[in-house]
Amino acid sequence: MSLKAFHVVFITLSTLLAVGFGFWSLHDHQMHGGGAGAMTLAVLSFAVAVGLVIYGIWFLKKLKEVSFK
Amino acid sequence: MSEAIPYTVDIRPDTGLNNVKLGMWLFLASEVMLFGALFAGYILLRVGSEDWPAGNSILNVPLATLNTIVLITSSVTMVMSWASLLRKSFDKYRLYMGATVLLVVVFLVIKTIEYSAKFDHHLYPSTSTFLAIYFTLTALHGLHVIGGMAVNAYLWGPGAKMWRSAPEQFTNRVEAAGLFWHFVDLVWIFLFPVLYLL
Repeated sequence: MSLKAFHVVFITLSTLLAVGFGFWSLHDHQMHGGGAGAMTLAVLSFAVAVGLVIYGIWFLKKLKEVSFK
Repeated sequence: MSEAIPYTVDIRPDTGLNNVKLGMWLFLASEVMLFGALFAGYILLRVGSEDWPAGNSILNVPLATLNTIVLITSSVTMVMSWASLLRKSFDKYRLYMGATVLLVVVFLVIKTIEYSAKFDHHLYPSTSTFLAIYFTLTALHGLHVIGGMAVNAYLWGPGAKMWRSAPEQFTNRVEAAGLFWHFVDLVWIFLFPVLYLL
């Protein structure tokens, strides 16, 4: 597995973490009467997740000539 | 007889990989076993405990979130430094690799602040089982971060001279360092939710 393939795996897992953290922050917001902090973290996490997906697609296009092996 | 290590650039026919990449993946396999054993230890301790604290009640989630973002960004700059070498753009390589090293320093500074706050509140590994496994896992990860920083700093500085004499071999070295760095970041991607959120 090349660094390109490992990076794609890493970005995929990071995206899942960002989504999961977003839901965790929403849950924290609801459970603890929610200050603005938890909601801000949730919104930021979902934004980061979207950003990572866009970046992943851009990365694959940029290195399309490089092998996954 | 040549004493040069064979297949540092060319693909070795029987493995389908060059020796640099094969060696790094074998090393990473041993690292998976090391961290895997500690994660297994964490699960056993947690399952066997009657009263396990919520990570966010003891640890600083916003600081750890910031550190997560720093590490993800450092993976991006690391892979960009390798991609720059593939495109024969050495100046961009220096820029991206320098950024990677700086981001590692930022991670370590934030981690030091986090540790200091714990010690200021008299929270040590001996305080509780949770803190014992927290310090063990994060300190071991921190040692790997320091090791990765040393290699990356070398490849940014004195080690970069190889680009002039053997550019393909140097590019492979950067890729191997990138594989290690991604592994270290991947460990954090698991550590963060396990210790801070669950």
